[in-house]
Amino acid sequence: MSVVTLKINDQDVSARDDATVLQAAREAGIHIPVLCYLEGLSAVGACRLCLVEVAGVNRLLPACTTRVQEGMMVQTNTPRLQNYRRHIVELLFAERNHVCAVCVANGNCELQALAIEVGMDHVRYDYMFPALGVDLTHERFGLDHNRCILCTRCVRACDEIEGAHTLDVLGRGAKARIVTDLNMPWGESPTCTSCGKCAMACPTGAIFKQGSTVAEMVHHPEKLAFLKVARERREWRV
Amino acid sequence: MSTRRVVIDPVTRIEGHAKISIFLDESGEVRDAQFHVTEFRGFEKFCEGRPLGEMAGITARVCGICPVSHILASAKAGDDIFAVDIPPAAEKLRRLMNLGQIVQSHALSFFHLSSPDLLLGFDSNPAQRNLFGLIAQHPEFARGGIRLRQFGQEIIELLGGRKIHPAWAVPGGVREPLTPEKRNHILCRVPEARQTTLSALAFVKRYIAEHREEVENFGNFPTLFLGLVSKDGAQWEHYDGYLRVVDSEGNILVDGHDPRRYTEIIGEAVEPHSYLKSPYFKPWGYPEGAYRVGPLARLNLCTRMGTPLADAELAEFRQHGNARGIVLSSFMYHYARLIEILAATERIEQLLNDPDILSSHVRAGGAINKLEGVGVSEAPRGTLFHHYQVDAHGMIRRVNLIIATGQNNLAMNRTVKQIAQHWIHGARDAQIPEGLLNRVEAGIRAFDPCLSCSTHAVGQMPLVVQLFDAQGRLIDEVRRD
Repeated sequence: MSVVTLKINDQDVSARDDATVLQAAREAGIHIPVLCYLEGLSAVGACRLCLVEVAGVNRLLPACTTRVQEGMMVQTNTPRLQNYRRHIVELLFAERNHVCAVCVANGNCELQALAIEVGMDHVRYDYMFPALGVDLTHERFGLDHNRCILCTRCVRACDEIEGAHTLDVLGRGAKARIVTDLNMPWGESPTCTSCGKCAMACPTGAIFKQGSTVAEMVHHPEKLAFLKVARERREWRV
Repeated sequence: MSTRRVVIDPVTRIEGHAKISIFLDESGEVRDAQFHVTEFRGFEKFCEGRPLGEMAGITARVCGICPVSHILASAKAGDDIFAVDIPPAAEKLRRLMNLGQIVQSHALSFFHLSSPDLLLGFDSNPAQRNLFGLIAQHPEFARGGIRLRQFGQEIIELLGGRKIHPAWAVPGGVREPLTPEKRNHILCRVPEARQTTLSALAFVKRYIAEHREEVENFGNFPTLFLGLVSKDGAQWEHYDGYLRVVDSEGNILVDGHDPRRYTEIIGEAVEPHSYLKSPYFKPWGYPEGAYRVGPLARLNLCTRMGTPLADAELAEFRQHGNARGIVLSSFMYHYARLIEILAATERIEQLLNDPDILSSHVRAGGAINKLEGVGVSEAPRGTLFHHYQVDAHGMIRRVNLIIATGQNNLAMNRTVKQIAQHWIHGARDAQIPEGLLNRVEAGIRAFDPCLSCSTHAVGQMPLVVQLFDAQGRLIDEVRRD
């Protein structure tokens, strides 16, 4: 392991050579918005909100999956990036049925917070209003596809941290959706351990505790990073 | 041979969208009048497929004036499906919030929407005949009314965290207890609220004595009255209790009826000219089973108000009624509304001094123990029914909402007809004076209808009055957007 030096937003930053641009920026106190990235889970670079400009590279690169390099010049918040990010958030809202006012995660939602952050005062795309269902068959948790943004944080938490791999993605593109096991009702899943890590990981109100009322669902994504650190470094052992 | 149809569109200073059609015969006399509600919302349909826990939050969005009514009825339907008894403090806190809402909604109806007609005159300049005209000419009266509404809104905000759509009452109880600081804050404001109400009551009593023509022709006819009365002694009730139905003579037709069995006594009819459904008293059929709900009905139904000042006012109010004390004129809704505000201030004080009210045990746990539940409470405008069917996982399968305003639909139609027939004559070709049409609108205002609630539609409250000739041709229209 060695240390590299790079510039992020014209600020000198040093980072481990195996770090990503996102990690280096966070360590330097530079904010880059994310949705699909969650500390403790593998990075997939799916949501494209963390795209950054790197000098000498024609295309935009996702900060969560791009390794730092010596002498790298990174810009994280240019007008072009701000414009793209707002479009991405608008597309997420247009794709499914997000009704913040009556959502269990109202006030505790990363998508809602991002909409505020990027200044989304309206959506320029036509809403698709897809007819999507809610799975309430599990005794402890519910899954509302209307509010799912397909970030796959629940899928990775279930696979990488719990090890059950109950959740996965069915279909492609706009028709993709989260399924339990071989597309069966969640309550009938033989693999689900009811651990709730998916609910901790979910950035919106898509996965929620049964019986939650409006604005009552609080996620705890930080617990996943804690579990990961505790398990790998065995910090709980005395 | 020509007859006319006069259209008032929109009806102003009410909550929601409506228009009125007045049908004239060949000689220009009023043959019929209809009250149309022109908006549609669809809550009963789009709530299907949602989890039960979300229903209080979703149905609260039916209305920005009386969200608390929907939250409470929905939470009670949830209690029924959970099959739980909620903690005593939760019931008292829910009652407190409902009383806050009755105060704010009644204050809005009387001071902001209707009092310009009464203080400035039905025939006064319509450009000034509104809250702003009131502030200019009667600033202390307007200020008192605005502060009274604020008092009610503040109770809702202190309990639920926000004035409008607080997601606070939930199946099993409420989410947050009351703190001593908040209790003391509300208590400090009670005397001013009561004084404002007593002043307004004195004004209304004078007005009624001096304006007999309006009192006797604003929806003054026999109907049934329906509402909740308390389980102990049939007192005035706003949150729980039994359904009671009395006729215009004061005979009790239904008593001690479990509101969860409402379908045994209430039928629902639909008219092609309005999105507002027309509930009726089933044993009497449609439309003979027309009944009224709301402040006037509640005062006609109860044995007493249950608090000293309001009971004294009720005794005086009943002097205006028939031998059994039943008051029939819909104009008296205004009077009844003020007596209810007075009762609410007394009960708010009682509840805040109740030792249970600060308890932290305010929510019972529960699960889906029944597949059907009904929640009933008294909204400011009358009895509100939420009826849900769920599957074993708590997914909503069917929703039926009966909103207070819908239950007054038949009476509102008869009211506009009665007012039109009394004031509009020989209007074959001549323009109808605006002040007369305003009386027709004011007849609707007396009921304080909340049309966006009752029909489930969107928007502010414009009104149309249309005048039709005998061939059904539209010959005059008064429209306000």
